[in-house]
Amino acid sequence: MGRIWRLADDIDTDQLAPGQYMRGGIEAIAAHCLESVRPDFAAGVRRGDIIVAGRNFGMGSSREQAAEALRHLGLAGVVAESFAGIFYRNAINLGLPVLTAPDLSGIEDGAEAALDIAAGRLLVGGRAVPLDPLPENLRPIIAAGGLVPWLKARLKGQA
Amino acid sequence: MTASGGRAEGAATGATTLAQKIIARACGRPVAPGEVVTARVDLAMIHDSGGPRRVAPILRELGVGLWDPAKVVLISDHFVPGDTEEGARILALTREWARETGVAFHDGVGICHVVLPEAGHLRPGMFVVGGDSHSPTGGAFGAYMFGVGATEMAGVLATGEIWIRVPETILIEWRGRLSPGVMAKDMMLALCARLGMDGGRYQAVEYAGEAIAALPMQERMTLSNMAAELGAQVGLIAPDEVTAQWLAGVGADPGDWQGLRTDPGARLAEHHRLDAAALPPQVAAPHSPANAGPVADAAGERIDIAYIGACTGAKYADLAAAARILRGRRLAPGVTLLVAPASRRDQERAAADGIMAVFEAAGARILPNACGICAGYGAHRLAAGVSCISSTARNFRGRMGDPSARVWLGSPMTVAASAVAGRIADPREMLEAA
Repeated sequence: MGRIWRLADDIDTDQLAPGQYMRGGIEAIAAHCLESVRPDFAAGVRRGDIIVAGRNFGMGSSREQAAEALRHLGLAGVVAESFAGIFYRNAINLGLPVLTAPDLSGIEDGAEAALDIAAGRLLVGGRAVPLDPLPENLRPIIAAGGLVPWLKARLKGQA
Repeated sequence: MTASGGRAEGAATGATTLAQKIIARACGRPVAPGEVVTARVDLAMIHDSGGPRRVAPILRELGVGLWDPAKVVLISDHFVPGDTEEGARILALTREWARETGVAFHDGVGICHVVLPEAGHLRPGMFVVGGDSHSPTGGAFGAYMFGVGATEMAGVLATGEIWIRVPETILIEWRGRLSPGVMAKDMMLALCARLGMDGGRYQAVEYAGEAIAALPMQERMTLSNMAAELGAQVGLIAPDEVTAQWLAGVGADPGDWQGLRTDPGARLAEHHRLDAAALPPQVAAPHSPANAGPVADAAGERIDIAYIGACTGAKYADLAAAARILRGRRLAPGVTLLVAPASRRDQERAAADGIMAVFEAAGARILPNACGICAGYGAHRLAAGVSCISSTARNFRGRMGDPSARVWLGSPMTVAASAVAGRIADPREMLEAA
């Protein structure tokens, strides 16, 4: 079980991975993740917590530290109405679960929740919120745990 | 703006979009929107932030080298001039990797999206990935160029391939001509306001029409660059004589570009029609490019700093436009104007044309040819409480400095006019008075 962190539309990569920490490692970046919108996030987030956001999550830069910081902080995943294209690919490539859902209304900040990716649902407040199915072509990469392990297996197969 | 009816438009047999044509060539077979395909990459561009320091460890882990070093271009821009200890270390690592791999390396001579074409690496019809979100800039040359993160880039560097979902095309047609004092940047801010930051839906935006045909190459680059702010994957412009001549001028063979266009009757997801002649200068209020409206709505806002910088807003055409306003004028008392020309080549050209002298005479400070305050990766950042007007692409809270800093976006002309007035000002007033 984890808790919900409810965020708005258009969460951008400068909020997720602030520029002045980009010269450092992921530890330093993650410590400041989302601090301009949720100053309590980086210190308060626990393994298994889930972000539930609105439209266009991860808009802006291609810096994959935006997704890596969330993985580093132990997020079970991000569920949003929609994702920005580059962030979405980065998250899949880094093994951070990212899922869209047709209706995320009524999900409250701080609620106890669990993400059941295999069953395609978010369990929160006694409800099972249905998630959109993962795109067919990305399932092998997700199953492998990200692009690097997937490529490793593929390159090994070719050798 | 009208958005005419989605899939109802077009779909003549065999008619395809520009995006489809380029992707089809990169896959070696015809493709349809929505299909997921694997494409062969013609060129991969990386910079110092998402480049060697991130991809080299992954390539080591995979136990492979570069698929084709001749198809990789490395450009340092984010941590230039190395004004922090870590930034200097990242630049040293970048240079070392360039030596080891032998890839084409442009070090400290400008921002990747501007240097890549000016060094002759880009040609119409190429399928290109860039390790930066403003990679759609390459679409101005009729290349299918898009941004990816470092892990994805490592995969490309290892295999020469990438998967892509063939996009639908959102055609944005601008009729008429821009009025004096109005620039490509204003067109993009207006589009951000109308379509929203995800209006591009990670599909292909294509710009067309009389106003686009009339734009010089670097203004077209601004349109393609800010396709990123629309959330599109690419921002394409079909190549024409302007493209071919510009490329010939940098020693690049434009190749066989005549067929690279969206066929009449090709299926369009959306078709927006706008009037360039009716567009006034635009300003986007903090903290989103989508908060844009006519400059009159923001006029009078006091500013501390005016910034002319970035791949979006400090190319030669941008510098020349700002200088038209600044010529014979001085900065308002208490205002700082910072100018970071997007490339050394553009700065040298601007110097030869007397443009850099105009900036100096006005009281501007010149910064290195790098991403600078726009990326906010170095020592230069906006302090708490500062008000800034900027020719860059993004005014997200905290991006260019302290989260309490407020950034308005405008064209280089609007930024220059505001620097003279000490408050946000309409550049057309100063053009008329000149």
